[in-house]
Amino acid sequence: RISRSISTVKLPDLPYDYGALEPYISGQIMELHHTKHHAAYVANLNKALEQQAEAEAKGDVSKVITLQGAIKFNGGGHINHDIFWTNLVPPKDFEPPSGELKALIEGQWKSLDNFINIFNAQTAAVQGSGWGWLGYNKGSGRLEITAMPNQDPLSITGLVPLLGVDVWEHAYYLQYKNVRPDYLKAIWNVVNWKNVADRLAAAKK
Amino acid sequence: MAFELPALPYDYGTLEPHVDSQTMLIHHTKHHQAYVNNLNAALDKFPELKDLGLIDINKVVGTDKVPGDVATTIRNNGGGHYNHTFFWKVMTNPSNTNGPSGAVKEAIEAAFGSVDEMKAKFNAAAAGRFGSGWAWLGVKEDGSLAITSTPNQDNPLMASLPDTTSMVPILGLDVWEHAYYLKYQNRRPEYIAAWWNVVNWEQVAVNFDAAKTGTVLL
Repeated sequence: RISRSISTVKLPDLPYDYGALEPYISGQIMELHHTKHHAAYVANLNKALEQQAEAEAKGDVSKVITLQGAIKFNGGGHINHDIFWTNLVPPKDFEPPSGELKALIEGQWKSLDNFINIFNAQTAAVQGSGWGWLGYNKGSGRLEITAMPNQDPLSITGLVPLLGVDVWEHAYYLQYKNVRPDYLKAIWNVVNWKNVADRLAAAKK
Repeated sequence: MAFELPALPYDYGTLEPHVDSQTMLIHHTKHHQAYVNNLNAALDKFPELKDLGLIDINKVVGTDKVPGDVATTIRNNGGGHYNHTFFWKVMTNPSNTNGPSGAVKEAIEAAFGSVDEMKAKFNAAAAGRFGSGWAWLGVKEDGSLAITSTPNQDNPLMASLPDTTSMVPILGLDVWEHAYYLKYQNRRPEYIAAWWNVVNWEQVAVNFDAAKTGTVLL
């Protein structure tokens, strides 16, 4: 029996119903996004990790190397979506940022609106598939806006992920079609700033 | 002379039920149109680059012939405009299409064993392209057929890009999610399988004959 060093990854439940983010993100999108896209990353990650464990047991370094692409794609996909579901909240529970997070945002970008405009401009400009991120730089103690291609996780840059916005077309196409900027305007109605603040607090420990 | 959005060679609904009309409408009038608009805007300041024409613009991507500050824009939008112009022409009314014949069929069989084996390899390239991109069947510099996939709006004309297999494309498939999501959602393999019903093998043969002389058609 081969023992894996990473145990089986599980698809997390959403903290809300599929329709809870309406009208900003449709229930149809949330259900597909969770039960098909994220679920596929989880399944494919588990498969790749299983195959890696077998290859390691056989001492097949070449095979281990060929599996790294699948582990990066699917592992990144799992990590990113795991964060994303917690970054969102039903509009009825929406609260704007407060306290230290608010102070940091205003200190760096003058206002929340200005931060959102800059974030959206950068995120709308992502070519192909990818994510817009608000990250925390532990070294400088500052927040940073950045974008990552495909499912590359923000953590590989050294930044701590606080808030991610998925701009793969599957995240918005059924509702917003090609108009990515409309999706980016809408999503700020369902951002869970409390979760963002919790992630920031954890990063500072 | 600015680049223009070419007309589709058929109606938006012609490829139904394999590619739905709503997708064709948005894909053509929104996505392809945006690549044309962005390409024109970027080339405004670089008339020498514009004068190269669309094919040579694609060929110089990744070289110092493209000024640094527009390199990414030219790659994405010059690629996008060529790729989609090419794409509309390699599709046709599903009742028009018979499968490859003649010289291109022989070349497919020589390179892959059979048409079915070529399709299997092409399907794998198309399904396996992570994120956005394209799958291609093309003629390499040595005259042989090969299959490759490229990310985002890259294509095999962009020979100077590090990971690109240099080929003249004769058939290509858009696997960006916007190409199939409205009808197929996450089921990309189903889209790929259905798409073979609308492949314009006559155009593929024309592309092949030109490619064998090193000519890239537009």
